[in-house]
Amino acid sequence: MSKNQNATTNFLQAITANRLSDGYVVYLTARGGWSERIEDCRAIPDRGDANDVLRHAERQAGDDLVVGPYLFKIGVADGRPAPLGQREILRTTGPSVGTDLNLA
Amino acid sequence: MYRYDEFDHAFVAERVEQFRGQVARRVAGELSEDEFKPLRLMNGLYLQLHAYMLRVAIPYGTLSAKQMRKLAHIARTYDRGYGHFTTRQNIQYNWPKLGDVPAILDELADVEMHAIQTSGNCIRNTTADPLAGVAADEIDDPRVHAEIIRQWSTLHPEFSFLPRKFKIAVTGSPNDRAVTRGHDIGLRMHRDLQGKPGFEVMVGGGQGRTPIMAKTIRNFLPVDHLLSYLEAVLRVYNQLGRRDNIYKARIKILVQSEGAENFAEMVEAEWLKIRDNALDLPVEERDRIAAYFAPPQYENLSDACPELQAAMAAEPRFAAWVDSNVGDHKQSGYAIATISLKPHGGIPGDASADQMEAVATLAETFGFGELRVSYKQNLILPDVPKADLLALWRALDGLDLGTANAGRISDIIACPGLDYCNLANARSIPIAQRISERFTDLRREADIGEISLNISGCINACAHHHVANIGILGVNKNGAEFYQITLGGVANENAAVGAIIGPAFDEWRIANAVEDIVDTYLSQRRPDEAFIDTYQRVGPQPFKEKLYGPDQARQAG
Ligand code: HEM
Ligand code: SF4
Repeated sequence: MSKNQNATTNFLQAITANRLSDGYVVYLTARGGWSERIEDCRAIPDRGDANDVLRHAERQAGDDLVVGPYLFKIGVADGRPAPLGQREILRTTGPSVGTDLNLA
Repeated sequence: MYRYDEFDHAFVAERVEQFRGQVARRVAGELSEDEFKPLRLMNGLYLQLHAYMLRVAIPYGTLSAKQMRKLAHIARTYDRGYGHFTTRQNIQYNWPKLGDVPAILDELADVEMHAIQTSGNCIRNTTADPLAGVAADEIDDPRVHAEIIRQWSTLHPEFSFLPRKFKIAVTGSPNDRAVTRGHDIGLRMHRDLQGKPGFEVMVGGGQGRTPIMAKTIRNFLPVDHLLSYLEAVLRVYNQLGRRDNIYKARIKILVQSEGAENFAEMVEAEWLKIRDNALDLPVEERDRIAAYFAPPQYENLSDACPELQAAMAAEPRFAAWVDSNVGDHKQSGYAIATISLKPHGGIPGDASADQMEAVATLAETFGFGELRVSYKQNLILPDVPKADLLALWRALDGLDLGTANAGRISDIIACPGLDYCNLANARSIPIAQRISERFTDLRREADIGEISLNISGCINACAHHHVANIGILGVNKNGAEFYQITLGGVANENAAVGAIIGPAFDEWRIANAVEDIVDTYLSQRRPDEAFIDTYQRVGPQPFKEKLYGPDQARQAG
């Protein structure tokens, strides 16, 4: 994922949220469900379209599957969607310091 | 230790039941997130980057072995096997599932713990000197007063919807180990000329985006009047504090805009109206509460401890630990031992369930089954016979809890930062890890001596970076993490806010910058000068020159 891609106007977006039951990070899929894997996300090219999809996702949040859906920018690396920006990178990978494994 | 009365028991049980119902209604879709969020926050449940986070209060930082075992059990059963001790004498669990939280709260209630008032615009968990009741320099046990405040402030109808959150800290000694000036109200104990204890009342401290150290509005308040006076302060704040702008809503902004003297006059006027109504506790009631904090049955031990001297001479790593982690106790023959939760390269404040359980057992073996949590994110065993220190240290060493660094440069306070926190701009924990890895040589750490280094992942300043000798603040520049350094902050009775030294460093340069700062101190210091003394004597210029080169340092002013 290069900086140039980020700078172009026709960037891609995806929709993420936290799952209600456990707060885990999930992504809206092409089929309108939610997946823990960013690879499954629906990549949305156009702004107007993106907002429609977001509104749909918000209605779904109203159905109590997820909390706080929002759009974020993604790039494509090796043909796969990849988040841009440290915050979204960490949301896909989990804490960079490990979790249960790093302790004695 | 303090025991709940029946009212407390019934109340906490009822709250858990209410919350169980609220969670069920949320999951069933009867409550929206907007409706549910304030309810979960009232029970200490946040939603963070990757999961929910449950914040559990450890009132005035005192904990029994039984309670510690319960915290371990919760970590293992409902979370990923660890917990994070925070600067506010709380523990945070990073991975609870929503449906499990009522059960967790039930388990906590079994040992008289809860998560109430760990969030929201109410009076939060009152913090205290972690060495309460045992410190050699103490006048009176601050926990008695913190408990009185807890009872008064829990669900106080008038103060449940304050303009903003409200934090009170109490220390029973003139030496401040509770950062009292960094709180909305700080209470520091002194004696009057007759020798009676009372509080210096400091108001309007806070960190966050506008760091301000609290101003003394009363030099001496007899302890009998504590509640009526606090009530007067809260009333003035509740009436005049701003509710229109979240960034201006803390009492510090009100005290600043009114001026401390003016504010003090308003409080005194309010106090005159209420000081003689029955708000203050009668002496008998105070004595009843104080009895819970009565000292344990100490043995008559001699303060001279030849075994200890011999062990220190024989085992240099142990000697280094005694030097940094062991403090003077009120009672002869006993010592206070700090258990570092800052192994070099580790996550500051994290403890595994196994460690928590082991420490609970150590508290029983080498004390009276009591533990403390300090705002520096360490644990403390308050009553260790000096002759047992070696055995204790050996046990700790085997648990990766024996690091000899309390008060040293690798005793870093770090908030969860962007690895966990929804509000973060940058990661804190990996920066703390990288810095502490630079200082693994115990002799070098001892040579650097007393110093504080705190890292917050955003301007909310949860890790107290403003009052650290070396403060590091994570900032976001176009999606990348950068770290701004402040120097000269002080957290004790001479509390001061640090000043920004210059442009921020990226994540790869920040550890070098810290080493440069330390080297500058070492080259400039006079004999027996701690870092802060040298900094206050020479000022920022030599540090700027080292960090940015002479030319840029001049430009940076
Ligand atoms: C991870 C979830 C957390 C969130 C969402 C959070 C949020 C905040 C916010 C918004 C403030 C600023 C308040 C203000 O300026 O009015 C703040 C302050 C503070 N927090 Fe946190 N925090 C979190 C974790 C922590 C942790 C882990 C600690 C302890 C290590 C902590 C201790 C504090 C302290 C000491 C302050 C400064 C109080 C003051 O402003 O006077 N918080 N927090
Ligand atoms: S300082 Fe900022 S990043 Fe750190 S815990 Fe507080 S709110 Fe989160």
